[in-house]
Amino acid sequence: MQIKDEIDKQEKSGEPAGTVFEPKIVAFCCHYCAYAAADLAGSMRIQYPANVRIIRTPCTGRLEVGYFLKAFENGADGVLVAGCLEGGCHFQEGNLLAKKRVNYTRKLLEEIGVEEDRLRMVNVSAAEARPLADNIIDMVKTIRKLGPNPLKG
Amino acid sequence: MIVAQRKIIPEILEKLKYHKKILVLGCGTCVTVCLAGGEREVCIIASALRMASKLHGYSLDIEELTIERQCDNIFIEMAAEATERNDAVLSLGCGAGVQAVAERYPYKPVYAGLDTAFIGILEERGVWTEKCIACGECVLSDYGGICPVARCAKRLLNGPCGGSKEDRCEVSPDRECAWQLIYRRLKDIGQLDRLKNIAVPKSWNKSRDGGYRVIIRDDHRI
Ligand code: SF4
Ligand code: SF4
Repeated sequence: MQIKDEIDKQEKSGEPAGTVFEPKIVAFCCHYCAYAAADLAGSMRIQYPANVRIIRTPCTGRLEVGYFLKAFENGADGVLVAGCLEGGCHFQEGNLLAKKRVNYTRKLLEEIGVEEDRLRMVNVSAAEARPLADNIIDMVKTIRKLGPNPLKG
Repeated sequence: MIVAQRKIIPEILEKLKYHKKILVLGCGTCVTVCLAGGEREVCIIASALRMASKLHGYSLDIEELTIERQCDNIFIEMAAEATERNDAVLSLGCGAGVQAVAERYPYKPVYAGLDTAFIGILEERGVWTEKCIACGECVLSDYGGICPVARCAKRLLNGPCGGSKEDRCEVSPDRECAWQLIYRRLKDIGQLDRLKNIAVPKSWNKSRDGGYRVIIRDDHRI
């Protein structure tokens, strides 16, 4: 609970109780790294916010622009794509493709009128439970600042 | 093949804003290959339009469909019911596709979702280049298979212009000089002597100055 408490304290300071926005974040996690890291976080008792809904993907290179858009269309406040470290993709270049697609989608989101920072890609190895948790915490902070998905308004 | 790219969402939205129900119609041929108007792009653009229209205070009701080929009535027919139940069509076909769909459904507004750019090829992953402007009278055989009409910035039939630097075109240094390519290619195939011929001015009668062109094959008509 320590980490959760930490960010809660940080984020909720100055806010009246019960008004803090709890974003829903879809996290596409690669089976070979981030998903395993999330697993490891569990074994190591490292907490990360419950705001993320993890979807396991065989490789981030499998992800399409349409998947990210659908997540937002269906109400996600943020989308996190977590792939292997650059150079460490199980399929050589899947994470590099994912990075390009994420960047393309960020531009498209701007055209649509949704803040591009709602979509982010991070890179972690299967051993990096702590960095994964930190990335998730940081994403939650970003989305809290941005507020709810404007499509829900 | 025909190469195109998508228009930006605000531009498309501006055209659609007076309608409620839209059919986003993809084409499974050229524009699928150039990643502009196939099934995947239909899904992306439909999603983008749904979201953007909602943020603008009106929600477009969007149906998605991709047919095999938009420039052919036999396939366009397969979009008949979907076209019928929507107020307008956003075509992700090339310019020919958009027009073919509009002609087939005379009372339905049809809008273009793509900018059709050129006849070209996939050069490498994610890169397409123009190869032909459909001039109507092909001269490729005289130039080793490299088109001076489409690929030389000055369309010189007797080149190079004298401005090329190394193998770069003087008009834009990020383009190869077509004449350098022609020279190299003719050398490689042992036809350099072709360059001794001075080409007479090209006849543009078969090009587009007399309005749109028609080809009639009587042997295929009843
Ligand atoms: S000569 Fe004309 S038809 Fe032939 S490739 Fe060039 S533009 Fe196309
Ligand atoms: S540099 Fe080459 S391609 Fe460019 S205009 Fe001159 S001859 Fe044509």
